[in-house]
Amino acid sequence: MLNCLRSAFHDLPSSHHLISNMSKEQTVYIGGVGVISAIGNNVAENLDALVSGRAGMQAMQRLQSVHKDTLPVAEVSLSNEALAARAGLPDTISRTALLSAVAAKEAIADADIEYSKWRTGFISANSVGGMDKTEDFFPGFLEDAGSGDLKMVVNHECGAVTEVVADALGINDFVTTISTACSSSANSIFLGARMIRQGLLDVVIAGGTDALTRFTLNGFNTLMILDQEYCQPFDENRRGLNLGEGAGYVVLMSEAVAATLHKKPFCALSGWCNANDAYHQTASSPTGTGSLLAMKGALKKSGLSPAAISYINLHGTGTQNNDIAEGTAIATLFEGNYPPMSSTKSFTGHTLGASGAIEAVYAVLAIREGLVFPSLRLQTPMKDLPFSVTTVLEKKKIDHVLSNSFGFGGNCSSLVFSRTAFNHL
Amino acid sequence: MYIQSAYAVSPQGSFSELLESPAQYRGDRLTCKEPDYSKYIDSKLIRRMSRIIKMGAAAAMECLQQANVTMPDAITTGTAYGCLADTDQFLTRMVEFKEELLSPTAFIQSTHNTVGAQIALMLKCHHYNNTYVHRGSSFEAALTDAIGLIGEGEAQTALVGGVDEIIEKSHAILSRFDLYKKDGDTANLIGDPEKGTMAGEGAAFFLLNSNREAGCLAKLDAFQNWYKPKVPAATLVEDFLKRHEAPAGSIDLVITGANGDARYDGVYEALKQSVLNAIPAITYKQFCGEYPTSAAFALWMAAMIVSTGKVPGAAALAAPKRVLVFNNYKQLYPSLYLLSAC
Repeated sequence: MLNCLRSAFHDLPSSHHLISNMSKEQTVYIGGVGVISAIGNNVAENLDALVSGRAGMQAMQRLQSVHKDTLPVAEVSLSNEALAARAGLPDTISRTALLSAVAAKEAIADADIEYSKWRTGFISANSVGGMDKTEDFFPGFLEDAGSGDLKMVVNHECGAVTEVVADALGINDFVTTISTACSSSANSIFLGARMIRQGLLDVVIAGGTDALTRFTLNGFNTLMILDQEYCQPFDENRRGLNLGEGAGYVVLMSEAVAATLHKKPFCALSGWCNANDAYHQTASSPTGTGSLLAMKGALKKSGLSPAAISYINLHGTGTQNNDIAEGTAIATLFEGNYPPMSSTKSFTGHTLGASGAIEAVYAVLAIREGLVFPSLRLQTPMKDLPFSVTTVLEKKKIDHVLSNSFGFGGNCSSLVFSRTAFNHL
Repeated sequence: MYIQSAYAVSPQGSFSELLESPAQYRGDRLTCKEPDYSKYIDSKLIRRMSRIIKMGAAAAMECLQQANVTMPDAITTGTAYGCLADTDQFLTRMVEFKEELLSPTAFIQSTHNTVGAQIALMLKCHHYNNTYVHRGSSFEAALTDAIGLIGEGEAQTALVGGVDEIIEKSHAILSRFDLYKKDGDTANLIGDPEKGTMAGEGAAFFLLNSNREAGCLAKLDAFQNWYKPKVPAATLVEDFLKRHEAPAGSIDLVITGANGDARYDGVYEALKQSVLNAIPAITYKQFCGEYPTSAAFALWMAAMIVSTGKVPGAAALAAPKRVLVFNNYKQLYPSLYLLSAC
């Protein structure tokens, strides 16, 4: 099969360094990480907040909405102007792109890699695209179809947001955008890994971004799944989620690329799986069928048994529906041997298309630091589940992290991150 | 890789209509001829679904029915604009009602993965499902994903589609970017000396199969796409043909993405004069209009051509056995597809 693929398809154009190792089992290393969220503008600040239990939600500061006083959100503290200065982009560009650029640049700097020497891809994800600008353009446009500054809609498309950043980074060997609602950026990460394993690319900057918009805030509000207080994932009395914003990226690379880095990687993406719940457009099945298939598939791909998992970073939105579906699936899969688990959305809010990637960065940090991050604000564990989430920071050796990202449309993806000593070559 | 079956909801009613008397359009856009949805979709769902979802779901279901496959191993979808009608409806109400009294339906259906998700839901398909939203390469990305997944051994069959719709407001906004002719005519769109093209839309789905099954439409010999390549299109085509050992002389027909915009059609013309010299060539955008995922329509047309041996608009041409499709949306997203008869 792979031979057929190699001979028939996609020899990407470039040729800087031909990789001879096309083994399916090739290790895909994570050489660098970058993140921006309500709990910090970079990896160090995010880690500090996770360690000290400092959540990012508060009353709405930047987003202009009639729900300002009722719906808390987890906003990135920087203004568009400040983000633009960090990103080296004009401040008139969509906030979704600005967040993306800041986190992607940090990931690249962390990997300390000259990616222009390699066949490099930029695979990003988002759910809102340039909607932050479009929703400001729209009131004037509705009054007069000839009015409004067209510059505000040029980056409306999800793909346009990705291109702003890809072009700024000078990446064009492979550029694409995934949008599967809240699982979007988990998908971009494994697509990058697969393309590296198949020998199509050497380096992939993969992740996702989403800015808060009135469009998504009101959308989730109509579904009545927004918590007017700070969310309490996996609590018996949970009331819903808080929306957040941010971006996260990992720098994925082949073994040959990893061998050239000054700072040797300590972590790899070892497993992944994408499955569909096929139950309802927005609700999860009570059995968590999609979640279970995704977790099971990811473990199988990594070659690990459930007992090998040291920590689960839950999707854990804090909605009634998600947490019982996800919890039920975990109860089925782990059958009495539950690893520590937590929802870092209790810090960052639900960052939608960015959440899979932000939590991927946290998974890498958990392995590096030997930490299980706590779930905040848990008061009463869910009665129908045989386990409870971790509420205090726990120090222990972490070898394998399972990270869940589930979304509208039944889209469920799970990733497995593993400690992998760099011992090749 | 084989294209086991394919179906397109497009401004043309069917492939035989395309051969006998293609639908003609005047003005600045082409509109899909929608099928009888009751053949494919439950009547309760039809009422709830917006047009793009129905078009996508119908194309997908017809594709599966033709292949006699009930459960594909994967579903991948490409859409540049996503569900515009639902997005517009929610956004407009949000502005007009000042963020109050909104209903969730339009928001729920506005997410870009809705078409792929609804197909999974209708099939009760728990398998791999992914949606790509990368402008002029959205369909190509969905195809890349499916081929990669099959290559990984995780799937044997994959349902792959490209969908985009025109709505009034998006058309009004895009028109302000000077993209379309005011008084276009599909009868003489291609080769028109004026600037601008005509807008189009469509939903085309394919069942890819790593094995050759009875009744398969075409063999997909090779496929490649680029993002803002630094080398000229002629070099991309030349290298592609060389890499896949397909000398120009072995190709019976070229389908190009010329769209009648005098500002850009010279690029396709130059290829026909150089690297694709002497190969019979046709265009496809006079049939479906210009839109970011139109290559999916071209791929459907190419698969039907190698399968039936008949060429729309070129009845005298001997049955082509090998067809090359070249589209270059906005001269930023070139893509090449090489197909041969099964």
